[in-house]
Amino acid sequence: MEWVAIVLIELTILSAFIGGLFVFSLSNKNSHKISFYLSLIPLLLGLTMWSSFDGYGNALIEGGKIAFETNIPWVTLGPYALNWHVGVDGISLPLVLLTVILTPLAIMSAWTPIKERQSQFYGLLLIIEAALIGVFIAFDFFVWFIFWEAVLIPMYFLISIWGGSRRKYAAIKFFIYTNVASLLMFIGFMALAFGLGDSINSLDLISMSHALHSNQLGSLGPLDPDTLKYVVFIALFIGFGVKVPIVPFHTWLPDAHVEAPTPASVILAGVLLKMGTYGLLRFNFTLLADIAQKLASLIAVVAVVSIIYGALLALAQKDLKRIVAYSSISSMGYVLLGLAAFTVYGVGGATFQMISHGLLSGLLFMTVGVIYNSTHTRMTDDLSGIADKMPVTAAIFIAGAFGYMGLPLMSGFAAELFIFIGAFGSDFPFAKLITSISMFGIVIVAGYLLLTIQNVFFGKFEIKGKNNLDLPKLHDIFPLVILLLIIISLGIAPSIIFEMIQQAVQPLVSLLEGVL
Amino acid sequence: MSDVYLLLPQICLLSSALIILLYNTLFPKSTRLIILTGIATIGSICSVIVSIFFQTSGDVLSSGPVYLFNSQLIIDGSSLLFIILISSITAIVSIASYDHLVNSQNQASYYSLLLLAATGMSFMASANSLVIAFIAMETASLPSYALVTYLKKNEGSVEAGIKYFLIGALSSAIFIYGSSLVYGATGHLEFGEISHSIANMSSVSGLLLLGLLMIIGGLAFKTASVPFHFWAPDVYEGAVSPISAFISSASKAAGFILAFRILIEAFPLDLLISLGIDWSILIQIIAIATMTLGNFAAVLQKSVKRMLAYSSIGHAGYVLIGLASLTGNQDVLIIGASMMHLIVYGFMNTGAFLFVALAEHWGVGSTFDDYRGLATKAPMASVAMTIFMFSLAGLPVGGGFLTKYVLFMAAVGAGFWWLAAIGAINSALSLYFYSRVVKSLWVDQPLKSLKLSSSKPFGLYIAIFIAASITILSLPFFAPIADYAMSAASILLS
Repeated sequence: MEWVAIVLIELTILSAFIGGLFVFSLSNKNSHKISFYLSLIPLLLGLTMWSSFDGYGNALIEGGKIAFETNIPWVTLGPYALNWHVGVDGISLPLVLLTVILTPLAIMSAWTPIKERQSQFYGLLLIIEAALIGVFIAFDFFVWFIFWEAVLIPMYFLISIWGGSRRKYAAIKFFIYTNVASLLMFIGFMALAFGLGDSINSLDLISMSHALHSNQLGSLGPLDPDTLKYVVFIALFIGFGVKVPIVPFHTWLPDAHVEAPTPASVILAGVLLKMGTYGLLRFNFTLLADIAQKLASLIAVVAVVSIIYGALLALAQKDLKRIVAYSSISSMGYVLLGLAAFTVYGVGGATFQMISHGLLSGLLFMTVGVIYNSTHTRMTDDLSGIADKMPVTAAIFIAGAFGYMGLPLMSGFAAELFIFIGAFGSDFPFAKLITSISMFGIVIVAGYLLLTIQNVFFGKFEIKGKNNLDLPKLHDIFPLVILLLIIISLGIAPSIIFEMIQQAVQPLVSLLEGVL
Repeated sequence: MSDVYLLLPQICLLSSALIILLYNTLFPKSTRLIILTGIATIGSICSVIVSIFFQTSGDVLSSGPVYLFNSQLIIDGSSLLFIILISSITAIVSIASYDHLVNSQNQASYYSLLLLAATGMSFMASANSLVIAFIAMETASLPSYALVTYLKKNEGSVEAGIKYFLIGALSSAIFIYGSSLVYGATGHLEFGEISHSIANMSSVSGLLLLGLLMIIGGLAFKTASVPFHFWAPDVYEGAVSPISAFISSASKAAGFILAFRILIEAFPLDLLISLGIDWSILIQIIAIATMTLGNFAAVLQKSVKRMLAYSSIGHAGYVLIGLASLTGNQDVLIIGASMMHLIVYGFMNTGAFLFVALAEHWGVGSTFDDYRGLATKAPMASVAMTIFMFSLAGLPVGGGFLTKYVLFMAAVGAGFWWLAAIGAINSALSLYFYSRVVKSLWVDQPLKSLKLSSSKPFGLYIAIFIAASITILSLPFFAPIADYAMSAASILLS
């Protein structure tokens, strides 16, 4: 079955994409089940990839081997060849897995709340899955960029058609904000590519990485190589920072999250935000690793601002969905801190946190969705003591919240522990001080989550407005349980994926030790 | 003269125009519109096929470009590429016009004017001297004026036609006057000879400079670039939509290939810079003004057709980035990128105008508000329009994504990162008004009064289907477009 291994990635993307197109043609009535079954195909293929993964090292660093690699010529543009170059390494495979796991669960969580134009909704979820997988597996810049931009289209429709009352504003804000960021990132990247001159003949990230790491960068126009690196680093950092989002580029996120329908929020927080941190890791922290290390303190400070500010914003919210949305900003700050540390535990922990946060935020968003479906409100002031009436949902939310706070034996604990170990052991200036400050973030997170739990789930039972507190259906609870199980397994045995991540991160970190 | 057969593409277009007139003379009472549509479509498709054959078969152009009639005409990769583009758009517009013409008069003259205009445009693509350029431009323009006023009883249409004619006549006069000044300064009309005599100059005379400026002005009219752009919104809005599609796509492409050829071959930038003249600065200003004005004005429009007119001005601005960045060291890539953008733009823009035609045919109107909830009644056509809009906006549903980013990439490579940045700001802005159409179609609730007329405009359906397919397929199968555009650009620049 050699050929299966070769086209496994293509099959995964195509099965999601064609599945999505097929679901469009279905009637609204039965599209929910069929789309769920169809989303199991990419899941199975993803799990196959995991079980037969034979890559090692970091794809972009000399000596790394990409699994399931395909590299065929596509277009030639003057000095550059564009290739269909795809594959996975220890960093991209966990993210692919996250995508294929979250999508079926998001589809199932949509069964109750999505009441109109279902076939279009599920079709778009499958298409965004295809685009998201594409982002994590492409190693040619243009192929990667196609998927990167393609993600915007289904998300625009998901927010603007099925969202809340301000959905049109939120959708266009999301659209234009992230598009501007992509354009900035594109121009920055191209400056880097042309700065490499004749040392590359394709926009393949791997050959660019090799060329950059062997100091082939020349000057471009008036910019000497060092200045060029800094300029490009900043352009890319802002470009990805919008997607992550990093404070102060975060203002699109609460709008998009609050207005998006819950299953879309799951994908948005679970996977879309990881595109930004994945981009940072691959471009800023791999291609331009030397600059990343020189600016480490500054980046760490930016990270801490995101951590504390995001947590404080969450503390001030009354809307359950907004609380989870703002806390995402804080959690992504930890990813940035881990990257800035540039140690095996720091970068590995950051990658692990991407996965962990994807699962945890997905879980919390889905639980908020279940609560909303029954109570028709998300305002903490309108809800009180609902744990008695919704014991299962309450238990899961509390479990998820503890995971978020970093309770041991849950994935959040492992992720944050790795990041703190990594950042503490790092040797950028003020590393210990900055890391210590960032730890206060956890306190605030615990504060607002406990406060929310206390207000919403405990105390005297009271719900303002109409409600319908029947036991949630099995298909509402099933995705929550599955996510919780995965979160706990990763908490107990992080090595399930951390080994793979570590292998991919090790060459990256030793690369810099060699240079500096 | 044995190479005259290389004019077969133009002959296809011209002869089908004449056959249509002949048919109309022989059978003046014939009501079989399908025959006229058929002749027009087959004629333009023949032109496409013959050009593709010349382009791909190795021996036709094996020894470089072929010059005809004392070097008045040139057949090379770029002329054939643009004839393919112009003729394909003509074929699509011919098919789309069927539904529009079914119940109207002067069907034969409509089609013959369309084909004559296309003939003129394809001669613009092969012109190799200023005088042929002028004749070809007039051959393309005069039928276009008549086509714009085709709805004789419609005030908007007549006003558009008059405006188009007056500004067109003025800019033709400017162009021919500029040509005569260049002739006075160099003693030649042929592009290659002009550049030779510039190479022998020790300084540039004011005469030549003024002539060059006037020629650029005349070309700006044809490409609807600032400052000769203001006819475009009124004309595109007043004309029947298939003609708007034709003028904004094919005519613009023809104007650009002529502009590329004249500026690159007759007034080579490296020669002129050594004499102290740098026309690329002027083109940079025009490019920035054109794209910014086009996109900003498009934001303010209420009518989709008028928005498309301004967006088409904006796209002319993107294409001009190619000529504006020639002083960098990525000449082939950037001119190639401009050509790629013109090719893909030709199809997606035609498709967008044809959707407007379709909506008019349904009796829906053409403002953003009129389109509300149209997707509930016509999902497939709305999918096609969504593809055109997002591809125009530079999202990866069609080739428009790649061509726009290749343009920006080439501009960065040529050192004009600020042009790319201005283009990027415009591109982000354009996302706003293109997605407004999509929002109206898919997101907004339909008005209760929304009702589509029950007739089935098959011609429009087919034409939109073809345009949408080409737009989508030009993303995964971008390689041939890129290859031909790059080789056309390298021939042009050598």
